[in-house]
Amino acid sequence: MIRFEHVIKYFGERKVLDAVNFKVERGETFVIVGFSGAGKSVTLKHMIRLLTPDIGKIYVGDELMSAAAGADLVRLREKFGMLFQGAALLEWMSVFDNVALPLREKTNMSNAAIERRVEEKLHQVNLEGVHDAMPSELSGGMRKRVGLARAIVMNPEIILYDEPTSGLDPVTSRAIDQLIDRMRLELKVTSVVVTHDLFSALAIGTRIAMIYEGRILEISRPTDFIRSQNEIVKRFLDAQYITKRGAWERTDHETQ
Amino acid sequence: MITHEPEFLPPPINARGRLGRIVLLNCRNAGRALLILWEAVLSLRFVLSKRSRPVVLQQLYVTGIKSLGVISVVAMFTGMILALQMGLELRKYGQEVNIGLAVMVSMLREMGPFMTGLILAASVGSAMAAELGTMTVSEEIAALEVMSISPVRFLVMPKLAAMMIMTPILTFYACMLGVVGGAIVGSTQLGVSVPAYIDNATRWAENKDLYVGLLKSFVFGIIITTICCYQGFATTEGAVGVGRATRRSVVVSFLSILVVGYIITRLFYQ
Ligand SMILES: Nc1ncnc2c1ncn2[C@@H]1O[C@H](COP(=O)(O)OP(=O)(O)OP(=O)(O)O)[C@@H](O)[C@H]1O
Ligand SMILES: [Mg+2]
Repeated sequence: MIRFEHVIKYFGERKVLDAVNFKVERGETFVIVGFSGAGKSVTLKHMIRLLTPDIGKIYVGDELMSAAAGADLVRLREKFGMLFQGAALLEWMSVFDNVALPLREKTNMSNAAIERRVEEKLHQVNLEGVHDAMPSELSGGMRKRVGLARAIVMNPEIILYDEPTSGLDPVTSRAIDQLIDRMRLELKVTSVVVTHDLFSALAIGTRIAMIYEGRILEISRPTDFIRSQNEIVKRFLDAQYITKRGAWERTDHETQ
Repeated sequence: MITHEPEFLPPPINARGRLGRIVLLNCRNAGRALLILWEAVLSLRFVLSKRSRPVVLQQLYVTGIKSLGVISVVAMFTGMILALQMGLELRKYGQEVNIGLAVMVSMLREMGPFMTGLILAASVGSAMAAELGTMTVSEEIAALEVMSISPVRFLVMPKLAAMMIMTPILTFYACMLGVVGGAIVGSTQLGVSVPAYIDNATRWAENKDLYVGLLKSFVFGIIITTICCYQGFATTEGAVGVGRATRRSVVVSFLSILVVGYIITRLFYQ
């Protein structure tokens, strides 16, 4: 569905993506993990052509996303929904208007239908009763969820999530995880999820890619990912108390 | 596309290289600004669509009503100062009744459009740049583009429409207030009665003065919107960048208003 072929991207002298190759299959939930500043958001932005590779190609379906322009680009982008890392809500519009925006601008749906759809999506992300609130009145986690509702409101084929659960409490995080999983199972949506949260990566990912200093270190299924022999992947797993058994452990308690 | 990738240029090798780069970058930026204007003009056809109407009305309110106070004060005092300065000179020749003409013509031809243009650039224009700049750095513009909603149609077009309508109206209003200010000074300080002042002002001023002044202000409105919106979209580097974009939008607008004002004057008054 999405294919990166030898993608290299420079920001000035710095190589932020260094020969990245991978393929996201249709209907899978592809999780990208990595340290802060590793190039996860940059990778995601390449998929929707907010950034263009200096070298290499990016395909969406069979079409060359990295060179699309004009009407082609619009058509390709219509397949996508995207949650930005900072939610990117329009500050001068209420929550309802933010979520309804793509419907109002891109479709001819009636007001009643729009209202029903927005209601449904806000319910799916566990947000209710904040209809008329302005984004500035919301907490960081609530903003994230409004952004999420906006990303899925057009029922896109592919959804890109930039840290959907960061800043959320564990219960809401798991609800978002379930939402992502349900969309894969019920609607056959292809998802690319950038996250720091290994628990959700392991829970929802069909495959996990670890990116480190602009290079892909490892792409594997969750069960293989936690058994990885790569030193950096191990360090990343250890930092979140994840062991080969798949559960967390605290050495001080165990030895007592 | 309105969002641009971050740019990293190697430092220029020498002074000539630096000069060349400044020229080239400015040409490119002017081109980008003109492309924004072009798209905004093309999307003016949606100005009355059901979705745009409330936004346009709101922009008309923001542009027009909110700057009315400053413009009133400035216009009034400009008229008063003009009348006083010229009246004192003309009195030496016993010609003080001609301040009517002098104030009317200078307000219509130059002071009205300039004052209004500068005030709108400093208040409305800088607000545009700050608003769009903030939206750019918080990725809201990128989010619009990802949803294939044109930021120009959605954000710039209503501002352009409002400025196209409001700048000439405000200019006309400023001219009239200036003339009133002149009349007050004339009657209280120079002994020119109000009817004589009005008679003098209307007898000699031409329609052409009015039309050229309004044309000028119309052009100023377009220039301000284009420059300020462009600067907003070109913002990089967070809050500092927003500040820089705002300052630059005001400075560039001021300079452009002066230069274009001269050119239009030159075209119509040989
Ligand atoms: N607009 C930009 N200008 C300059 N450098 C940038 C820009 N955006 C990203 N970078 C650089 O690219 C690298 C990768 O950034 P990216 O945003 O992809 O990190 P990330 O993996 O998403 O990190 P985080 O988990 O903190 O969001 C960083 O080192 C960053 O400094
Ligand atoms: Mg990021």
